Amino acid sequence: MNWANAIVQGILLGGLYALFACGLSLLFGVVRVVNLAHGDFAVLAAYLALVVITTTHVPPLLTFIIVAPLFAVFGYGVQRLIIQKSLEVSPLTTLLVTFGLSVVIQNLLLVAASADSHSFDLGSLISASMRVTPELSIGYVPLLIFVTAVVVLSGLQLFLSRTAMGRAIRASADDQEASSIAGVDTRHVFGIAAAIAFATVALAGLALGSSSSFDPSAGPARLIFAFEAVIIGGVGSLWGTLAGGVILGVAQAVGAQIDPSGGVLAGHLVFLAVLALRPQGLIRARLAT
Amino acid sequence: MLEVDHLTVRHGYLQALTEISLTVAPGETLAIIGANGAGKSTLLRSIIGLHQPRAGSIRLEGRDITGLPPHTRVREGIALVPEGRRLFPSLSVEENLLVGQASGRPGGYGLDVVYHLFSWMADRRREPTVHLSGGEQQALAIGRALMANPKVLLLDELSLGLAPTMVRRIYGVLPELVAKGMAVLLVEQDVTQALRIANRFQCLLEGRTTLEGKPADATTAKIEAAYFGLAGRSGPGSAA
Repeated sequence: MNWANAIVQGILLGGLYALFACGLSLLFGVVRVVNLAHGDFAVLAAYLALVVITTTHVPPLLTFIIVAPLFAVFGYGVQRLIIQKSLEVSPLTTLLVTFGLSVVIQNLLLVAASADSHSFDLGSLISASMRVTPELSIGYVPLLIFVTAVVVLSGLQLFLSRTAMGRAIRASADDQEASSIAGVDTRHVFGIAAAIAFATVALAGLALGSSSSFDPSAGPARLIFAFEAVIIGGVGSLWGTLAGGVILGVAQAVGAQIDPSGGVLAGHLVFLAVLALRPQGLIRARLAT
Repeated sequence: MLEVDHLTVRHGYLQALTEISLTVAPGETLAIIGANGAGKSTLLRSIIGLHQPRAGSIRLEGRDITGLPPHTRVREGIALVPEGRRLFPSLSVEENLLVGQASGRPGGYGLDVVYHLFSWMADRRREPTVHLSGGEQQALAIGRALMANPKVLLLDELSLGLAPTMVRRIYGVLPELVAKGMAVLLVEQDVTQALRIANRFQCLLEGRTTLEGKPADATTAKIEAAYFGLAGRSGPGSAA
């Protein structure tokens, strides 16, 4: 490990964090809900992928074809049936409800799948890498995750800025009431935003299962990193989320280079520094502008 | 076209509207005048569906729409230009207009018609709304409402915060809309402006109708009495 290597690995790790953070950012930016069960939904997606792999023998990296659409439908349902109801009671209720969902998911997984940790069997791909210099090699799996994050964020950006539904999502994020009197069915729009957020959560869960092991209680730690990426980058800015993920990843990798056990701490310190010095985040922006 | 029948609306313990009834016919402009807190905005917000009434009904061309959510009422043919314009700040001028089409209601209004109505708008369609002046923002809010192809257009305090010449220019587009058969229900604190543009008016005081009639028939004294509640509370008066 040298410094260049630490930074490159940190950037790639940042892709994973950005993938986690993008759904959190979208749901907060549009529906104004802080989804405390975000990490647990990702872990749930990883378990769902395990089921898909064992029953259909689909290669692990292709399970997203099944898991992401399922999660999109699931997300629409969760939004319309649970989150929307609690949102209409009060914004604080959504915190309690999503926290409750987090506890329920963890315990259901514990009952159904035990506390054993799992990971996807990627065969030889898991350790395959390309050697850039004798000191620096890039693993295919982290690279794939990073590319996925960039593709997902770019796609989401295009969707929000170019389509009628994207426009309705941005309008509803700006002013829900004004949006409804302009003829937008805001509950449906929030459902669609949640569906997209959940599809990206599913991808994040699959990325988690492909790059490391997971167990029923792995969600909350993921939520913290996603939160930090969103705050560092600036709430509501998709490119900020990518930048936030990358900064967090680099901080952790460089921190671990200084002291092998200091990686996570270094990430938290950078997050706290941003919160203290630039609480609006690095990129101050509204959705997709 | 639009019939409001004995509408009663409460905000918590406060009775905002008490048995308000009104009708607006196609091609007609009805002005609701009254002081701050008379219930004018609550009336418009109830008609578009942002407040649910305690009692009474709202009908559009005979169809009861009292229980429908706002976006469904827009599809049925009601549009509101809300108080304070309520534009979408992260959307461009043109995107604001396009959101007005969300209900998918067919009709003659599109981008080209709105750009024709407000000639400055086409050149500035890519700009964010914060670059617009107050009058331009108000015009954009009207344009957004027109994009929904309404049968009934509700206008809430168009003159608020605008210079008198700008107010006249904004109201200047109304005759063209009314001529095509649109019904207009407007709420206005500027009584002179309201009476100049309306066929009929209705004066509210503390959520009740205190005077209604035609602008030509109403004397200043009668309107002042109804507006400030100087004539006592012996029920609705008549200007005729």
